[in-house]
Amino acid sequence: MGIKAVNLNYIYGQGTAFEQYALKDVNFEIQDGEFIGLIGHTGSGKSTLIQHLNGLLKATSGEIYVNGENIYSPGYNMKALRSKVGLVFQYPEHQLFEVDVFSDVCFGPKNQGLPKEEIERRAREALSLVGLDESYYSQSPFELSGGQKRRVAIAGVLAMEPQVLILDEPTAGLDPRGRDEILDQIDRLHRERGMTIILVSHSMEDVAKYADRLLVMNHGEKLFDGPPKEVFKHYKELEQVGLAAPQITYIVQDLRSRGIDIDDNITTIAEAKEAILALLSGKEKT
Amino acid sequence: MIRDITIGQYYPADSVIHRLDPRTKLFGTMIFLISLFLADSIWAYVLATAVLAAAIRISKVPFSFMVRGLKAIVILLLISVSFNLFLTDGETLVKLGFLRITKEGLYTAAFMAVRLIYLVLGSSLMTLTTTPNELTDGLEKGLGFLKRFGLPIHEVSMMMSIALRFIPILIEETDKIMKAQMARGADFESGNLIQKAKAMVPLLVPLFISAFRRATDLAMAMEARCYRGGEGRTKMKPLKYKSRDRISYLLFFLYIGIIIAMRVML
Repeated sequence: MGIKAVNLNYIYGQGTAFEQYALKDVNFEIQDGEFIGLIGHTGSGKSTLIQHLNGLLKATSGEIYVNGENIYSPGYNMKALRSKVGLVFQYPEHQLFEVDVFSDVCFGPKNQGLPKEEIERRAREALSLVGLDESYYSQSPFELSGGQKRRVAIAGVLAMEPQVLILDEPTAGLDPRGRDEILDQIDRLHRERGMTIILVSHSMEDVAKYADRLLVMNHGEKLFDGPPKEVFKHYKELEQVGLAAPQITYIVQDLRSRGIDIDDNITTIAEAKEAILALLSGKEKT
Repeated sequence: MIRDITIGQYYPADSVIHRLDPRTKLFGTMIFLISLFLADSIWAYVLATAVLAAAIRISKVPFSFMVRGLKAIVILLLISVSFNLFLTDGETLVKLGFLRITKEGLYTAAFMAVRLIYLVLGSSLMTLTTTPNELTDGLEKGLGFLKRFGLPIHEVSMMMSIALRFIPILIEETDKIMKAQMARGADFESGNLIQKAKAMVPLLVPLFISAFRRATDLAMAMEARCYRGGEGRTKMKPLKYKSRDRISYLLFFLYIGIIIAMRVML
């Protein structure tokens, strides 16, 4: 399921003294089954952009095509769009409201108007996808830990069985273990179910590890668009817009500047480990 | 909808009215509101109109911004005008079936409408030119004499400023939760009254929880900075009357004097 944005503009507070471009002439096309990392400093328009993709915000001008259909054409079914494009907001645990975990996860599919058995099947499946077993079903979502709450909230969106999953900083405020668990679960959804993922993140390490392609936003405009390795080559420009490359890229650059011949395409620790070990074993032989 | 309420919204500009002491503005607004109820002749209303127009002009707040506050009272305005128009006894002007419009009814309806509109314009002028903090400071100091009667003025004004401070935050929070639930297929618009009320549950429960969470966080943060009520607390910017405030007070008394004189003599 492809998403295509054409000349997307969004102006906040149009017609008032506080008029401001939140998105400026943004163009991109996302193919089926891609894992996109969306990065940009605070206020760069990432959150505004993703809210356009499921029709929560309407662009001031420009078009969005989902599966080739213009979502702004009259009579387009926004509700159907929202179950195709699932959006998990920042701190999604703030949206929990039901008396128990299971009924909260059922909220989405219930709104889709599905039969009861199907709703429950989806809720069970979504909860098992985020790693919560039956012992949690009847607990109050407000008594869970932060990481568990967040997983319930993500399950609430997964239960709608979207084809595209957009997550706005799903790991903000979680401990390292909770963070890795959530990201691994998202990665599994991408690999095993072929789900298209758009991950908004501030962690260059995370997007370098998981994403196939990066979109970099700056002041409402698209700055870079390409595979992580390509994008992180521009680490000097990234620094100018308040971002950076993964730390390991800096180490590799440092090694290179000291005359060590190491591949400058490295963006993850695993790759660096291999390359360094290869270099070391090469040295031993000679 | 919620954004149309101009009360509690500050419009930043650099004008004499913005710089006045909040107590002066509070007092001036009160005088203006009282004058509206004292005025009973067309000339008195002409004077009130001139004063209001001049104040709006001096304040540099765009008129379109002021009028937004009126949207909230449109229904109230319609009801009170039509009641006065049709239900006042007196000399009949027009008769439409069982409805009749009297001369007296027309007068009271017109005065009522003008009064209501000016009440809202006058008080929004104050809130648009005064930051919520200044306003509560002004109230605290202006009503300080009530402390002698055992009223917790400082605490009340602190609560008021916190409440005002949280309005935009809660509006933003409402917007966020609404969107999050809409992303899960919630529908806040269609359906009958009962369905609409039911649809509010997924919005209100998280909103209340977050309001309570914010309240405990704020209480903790205040205590961490040694807040312990008004006793012995000093101000960073103590309120002080300047010559522009004295001149304003003089003008207020002059204005209310003329209004009273008009009532007595005309």
